[in-house]
Amino acid sequence: MSRTFLGLPRTLRRPDDVAAGPDEPFGAVPHPQAPLRWGDAFPEAARQTLKNGQLRRNLGHATQVIRAKRAAVVSEVPDWEALRDAGSALKERVMAELPELLAELEENVTARGGVVHWARDAAEANRIVAEIAKAKGADEVVKVKSMATQEIGLNEHLAAEGVAAIETDLAELIVQLADDMPSHILVPAIHRNRTEIRDIFLARMGDAPPDLSDVPRELAMAARAHLRRKFLSAKVAVSGANFGVASTGTLAVVESEGNGRMCLTLPETLVTVMGIEKLVPSFEDLEVFLQLLPRSSTGERMNPYTSLWTGVTPGDGPSEFHLILLDNGRTDVLADTVGRAALHCIRCSACLNVCPVYERVGGHAYGSVYPGPIGAILTPQLTASTGGVSGHHDVNAALPYASTLCGACYDVCPVKIDIPSILVDLRAREVDADRSRRGVDPWAAAMKAASWVMSDGGRFGLAGRVATLGHALGGRDGVIRVAPPPASAWTRSRDLPAPPSQTFRQWWAKEHGRPADEGDDE
Amino acid sequence: MRIALAATCIADTMFPGAPRATVRLLERLGHDVVFPPGQACCGQMHINTGYFAEAVPVVRNHVETFAPVADGEWDAVVIPSGSCTGSVRHQQAMVCRRAGLDDLAATAEAVAAKTYELSELLVDVLGLADVGAWFPHRVTYHPTCHSLRMLHVGDRPLRLLRAVEDIDLVELPDAESCCGFGGTFALKNADTSAAMLADKAGKVRATGAEVLTAGDMSCLMHIGGGLSRQRAGVRTLHLAEILASTREEPTTLPPARVRETEVAR
Repeated sequence: MSRTFLGLPRTLRRPDDVAAGPDEPFGAVPHPQAPLRWGDAFPEAARQTLKNGQLRRNLGHATQVIRAKRAAVVSEVPDWEALRDAGSALKERVMAELPELLAELEENVTARGGVVHWARDAAEANRIVAEIAKAKGADEVVKVKSMATQEIGLNEHLAAEGVAAIETDLAELIVQLADDMPSHILVPAIHRNRTEIRDIFLARMGDAPPDLSDVPRELAMAARAHLRRKFLSAKVAVSGANFGVASTGTLAVVESEGNGRMCLTLPETLVTVMGIEKLVPSFEDLEVFLQLLPRSSTGERMNPYTSLWTGVTPGDGPSEFHLILLDNGRTDVLADTVGRAALHCIRCSACLNVCPVYERVGGHAYGSVYPGPIGAILTPQLTASTGGVSGHHDVNAALPYASTLCGACYDVCPVKIDIPSILVDLRAREVDADRSRRGVDPWAAAMKAASWVMSDGGRFGLAGRVATLGHALGGRDGVIRVAPPPASAWTRSRDLPAPPSQTFRQWWAKEHGRPADEGDDE
Repeated sequence: MRIALAATCIADTMFPGAPRATVRLLERLGHDVVFPPGQACCGQMHINTGYFAEAVPVVRNHVETFAPVADGEWDAVVIPSGSCTGSVRHQQAMVCRRAGLDDLAATAEAVAAKTYELSELLVDVLGLADVGAWFPHRVTYHPTCHSLRMLHVGDRPLRLLRAVEDIDLVELPDAESCCGFGGTFALKNADTSAAMLADKAGKVRATGAEVLTAGDMSCLMHIGGGLSRQRAGVRTLHLAEILASTREEPTTLPPARVRETEVAR
């Protein structure tokens, strides 16, 4: 099985961030070694993805559809804002009581026959999963779509250990077959249209019908037949978790396709990798999140499948259950009073769908399995201890700047994460970390000079009067079409108006005739 | 009312028409407008780019300049910008507190409590919807992100525009989508910004409007710069410039760059 992994005519490589070559017709992004830090810094990566017209059309269409669906089902909930407040308050409580709640979860999972493992980082979590799979003699595991296992690069680690990880979520399967990386938290193949998917299935699935068309139902049926064989043969399943209930030890997975239910119930052994922030205090709290999550993510009133399980039950489902509690930078994030709200995220991806930046550039430009606005605040924080948010030498340091601060993400966030404020805070941390650097940073020098000018009415008035000398630069039209750097970044795609012949405060002084209003110019 | 005007740094030096129209409008409505000369900038550019330490003196200057409003010397501070008003209301005190300046933060909050964006001042404080304006042109309105999502001005600007005599107000499709300016974002992520601008400019052109208006000169500079580069023939005017226009003293349209032929270029 491992030799013809997923029907691919070769074993799964682990290229070190090499760009796709001509023999890689689908792999826009081969699997990077660091799932939270790959590729170029955001501005350059975005410049590349912006050139992909197909990607922009696919994304523009898909995000528009999901946005409209979400808006419709949210508007019909009369107490939506109260639900958001409740979700936010619950998550704040979880963060405040995290150590106690985690201990409670461990106690309850253990009492119900589960085994709890603690993983400090990706390497530890991967090793534990691989050990369990190998102990069961499995050379193949079926997987429920999970961000936590994406974040730790589990599939690549298992492949290196000779265990094939089969993604069973349709979109995740598309991404895996294409040897690509996900570009969205919820719809990882959002950058693909159905014609591309048909081509991927035909080339890589191995058992796809040769006359497969690009009709969505046919594509789904092909995947269904392909996956059904995997579900029936797998001995081990790996999942993430949407929620872990501390008071009962219950885990929850929320999904649409039923593939998750298959994975969670058919194999003998179930391994769940859960970020430590995914806790809720008690079972009743699920009520809040099970209302918030589907409407925010897929734009559905309720998701088709919600699986809940507590430890093991003889004769019903897996006979062995392992829960791996993953830190991987989360306790560092928790230590930051502003940034910790990023841990409230329930991975609904509503912020991606409304983000005007994400809509244009797509998920790959963020260089992390967490793209979009939430990725821009989560990724640099999760990787802080390994170089993130500590100066411009790290590609992740550009992520907090990958936003216009338009605020659309905050408006839709079901747990009210103030993403724009956290972005600004991370920018400040970035700038402060850079202060100790040697050499001249042009941005820092410009900001310092601007601060001096802009902190005094007299100095600012004088600067304005000097600027009016540039009025003639605009020529007859009053616009500047070409400017030297750094203004060239502006004039490459926009005209710049020439300064006026008279500033406002000059006009005011003249019209309102109070010389004192000129201030302490002299 | 005695109203202090915070002109904003960008309008003071680059687009004096917006604060001039604000003065003209408020004086026509019978109010006293003062321009405290010590003002310069609210500090938003520094804050949003992450330079909190450099923002502190800028914020201090703004807060101290407008502190008299807290003591009742003026009844209100008006800013013809949603974005700068948003910074005054949501960022200035935070930056002061970070710097350990709790007293300054308290003053900043007191000033912010009496600071209004133009449409807020007109509708909420002065209780107006019809300001007696006349503007016989086809206009479309772009709701800027910070006025919409930080201040929640809602339809206040549109209510004011709908009451303008002889205006032909047309709806902008996808109006609430960001234009891609984002302050230094336009420079740091110039390509992404340009892609967003292209879509916004396309929507503006589709309306057939002669004039694009908004409550923020910064966003208008961005969209207007794109429209001008395309020779789209659409002018930009600040909301105040439309509301200040009357039959007796009409706001004249700025020259629109007509579409130039390849030969002419």
